Amino acid sequence: MRTFRLGGVHPEENKLSAGRPIEVLPLPSKVFIPVSQSMGAPAKVKVKKGDRVVVGQLIARGEAFISSNVHSSVSGVVARIDHVTEQSGYRKEAVIIDVEGDVWDEAIDRSPAIDREIRHTPKEIVDRIFQAGVVGMGGATFPSHVKLMVPDGKKAEMLIINGVECEPYLTADHRLMLEKGEEILIGATLMMRGLGVKTCIVGIENNKPNAIAHMSRLAVDFEGIEVQPLRVKYPQGGEKQLIQALTGREVPSGRLPVEVGCVVHNVGTAYAVYEAVQKNKPLFERVVTVTGRRLKQPSNFWVRIGTPVSALLEAVGGVPGDTGKIISGGPMMGKALTMTDVPVVKGSSGILVLPAQESQRMSVRPCIRCARCLRACPMGLQPYLLAQLVEHKEYERAGRERVMDCIECGSCHYTCPSGRPLLDYIRVGKITVGQIMRRRIKN
Amino acid sequence: MALLTVSGSPHIHGDWTVRQIMFSVVYALIPAFLVSIYFFGAQALVLTAISVASCLLFEFLIQKYLLKGEVTITDGSAVVTGILLAFNVPSNLPIWILVIGAFIAIGISKMAFGGLGHNIFNPALVGRVFLLISFPVHMTTWPVPRPLFARHLPEAITGPTTLGIIKEGIKAGKTIPELSSQIPGYVSDLLGNHGGSLGEVSAVALILGAIFLFARRIITWHIPVAYLASVIVFTGILWLINPMIYMNPLIHLITGGLMLGVFFMATDMVTSPMSAWGMIIFGLGCGIITILIRVWGSYPEGVSFAILIMNAFVPLINRAFKPRRFGRRVIMVTDK
Repeated sequence: MRTFRLGGVHPEENKLSAGRPIEVLPLPSKVFIPVSQSMGAPAKVKVKKGDRVVVGQLIARGEAFISSNVHSSVSGVVARIDHVTEQSGYRKEAVIIDVEGDVWDEAIDRSPAIDREIRHTPKEIVDRIFQAGVVGMGGATFPSHVKLMVPDGKKAEMLIINGVECEPYLTADHRLMLEKGEEILIGATLMMRGLGVKTCIVGIENNKPNAIAHMSRLAVDFEGIEVQPLRVKYPQGGEKQLIQALTGREVPSGRLPVEVGCVVHNVGTAYAVYEAVQKNKPLFERVVTVTGRRLKQPSNFWVRIGTPVSALLEAVGGVPGDTGKIISGGPMMGKALTMTDVPVVKGSSGILVLPAQESQRMSVRPCIRCARCLRACPMGLQPYLLAQLVEHKEYERAGRERVMDCIECGSCHYTCPSGRPLLDYIRVGKITVGQIMRRRIKN
Repeated sequence: MALLTVSGSPHIHGDWTVRQIMFSVVYALIPAFLVSIYFFGAQALVLTAISVASCLLFEFLIQKYLLKGEVTITDGSAVVTGILLAFNVPSNLPIWILVIGAFIAIGISKMAFGGLGHNIFNPALVGRVFLLISFPVHMTTWPVPRPLFARHLPEAITGPTTLGIIKEGIKAGKTIPELSSQIPGYVSDLLGNHGGSLGEVSAVALILGAIFLFARRIITWHIPVAYLASVIVFTGILWLINPMIYMNPLIHLITGGLMLGVFFMATDMVTSPMSAWGMIIFGLGCGIITILIRVWGSYPEGVSFAILIMNAFVPLINRAFKPRRFGRRVIMVTDK
């Protein structure tokens, strides 16, 4: 069975909530909707304090090329526009809304029927995706419409739908494929039309046999879409790794996937595209896995964007007493939260609660040059060397050793028997080398 | 709820620690250790214990009183060095000489370079070679194996090694077939019933340990395969040219310190290259130098020197042989 070629690790899967259907989380009394929820420029706020808003109403417009619209996820009154602490720990501009009822924008088609009829031109599809504020739901939050606009001189050959969900613990994509499989494939068909491609591969790791079976059955009715099972290996959900696993093509260093004719979107994104184009529904809710071995009931929820993380934790029976760390995302690439009063955003795939004893890093020992980091690196880098170069501030050499190729999957740190924080150093290196490169372009 | 811990990703860690790696190597050396007790008796046990104890003691003293830093003797690395040093000396070596070897291994080869992970040369091999050069007689007087429970004891107490017999014999103008009656058979060599250093005699026991290390993924195939392949090819060519004065590859493989060197010394993580191609080049170099010394050098055995010489090239090899980078190949998109 296929998988990507270089490196990779096998963390314990811990998919505790895989068997739990997605439940609708009760509406919170207040939401905090950050206006910057995608890569690129923050959106411009279009409402003011005291305004009445309905569910799905545009509250901030993405005006730069790489930017995306933000919509209200609830109905009610704008309490204030303020800077609030978000998941990164920084304070960012957000629209705070007091929830009143649940009144939806009338333009949204709320009928439960699945709408398979494709009636939009490619241009309209891309425009609707932009209007709806759809961004990459796998965590990268790149505005989806931009990925559907192929740069001049490049040609897209195929769409790849990422159903890998290689992060341990997370099951949001898995549940979505089981429960909204047909919608995902319609979303994929819409994106194929937007891109002008005739083929689409859905990649799913074989630790989700029911999702593979379900999606394969559904794909029979969709022209050009094929489901491809993949052998479990982290980080298979990385864009470049997934393309390599499915097509054998390698995206050249520093280039975009379209260079090898591929465009990759997450299954969550495909679902959001379906809703945006077919149902005229902006992206204001998503599936979030709330999980951890000490939780009473790890679960999957439909969550309105802007809901505080604390509300999700309450819904699973509260935070256990010995909790040491709360992570937004998976254990390999997620961010540790500083507090639970931070809002769920478009890129939040899960909330993971770790007990205190699993929260501390092991003590750091000298590098014994065992080369495990080298063998684990999916980009063929030398993490020990990059960390050493950054430690000695040799950024020029770190750049030549391709520090910018690092995808920050964390396999090196995960595998290091000396517990060296290799990725911490490499991140510093990437930031610094990036600054040096930008300075050079300017001069 | 108490304060939350915040750190960069990843938030989980794999199973391996330095200590687990080091003690896996210790476990892998147990079969060879048992064989050495069987053939060389309590002397093997005593030497190994003294060697390990002195390595631990020197590391402790240096870390505690000279460097005044953290004492890390429980990480297992000094235990591995101690066992390997004992395995590389004759079983009748006077204890004081062995203790000097332990001091050189830990004090000079390891701690003077900065301790674990910073040494360029394999500590146990530096200790052994130091002793070989300083105490050549003691280091090349090989007790004849006297299996436990064996009723008839050999008359001789010491004797030469297989490689030694051949080296001297060839020098004296004899041919390999003439010498074959003097050397132990293949089965004795394989099992360990022949003269040699304490832990190197049994190829079978060493291979058993190596299988354990492969299974636990402590070592990869690259260095051992490259090392063994270059030995087989090199000696094979010589043997085909003139079987009268060159031994066949099989004898080379199962005699001397080759198996111990191939699986336990050349594969030492700290002193070997890190990329796959780097490890292959390193293994090939070790094999070629070993045979150059065995066939044309003045010592009958060349494994220790070969590995130490290649150790010196590791930083260069690491620079020259990078892992295969992702995205190296550019695949052109074909317009359909």
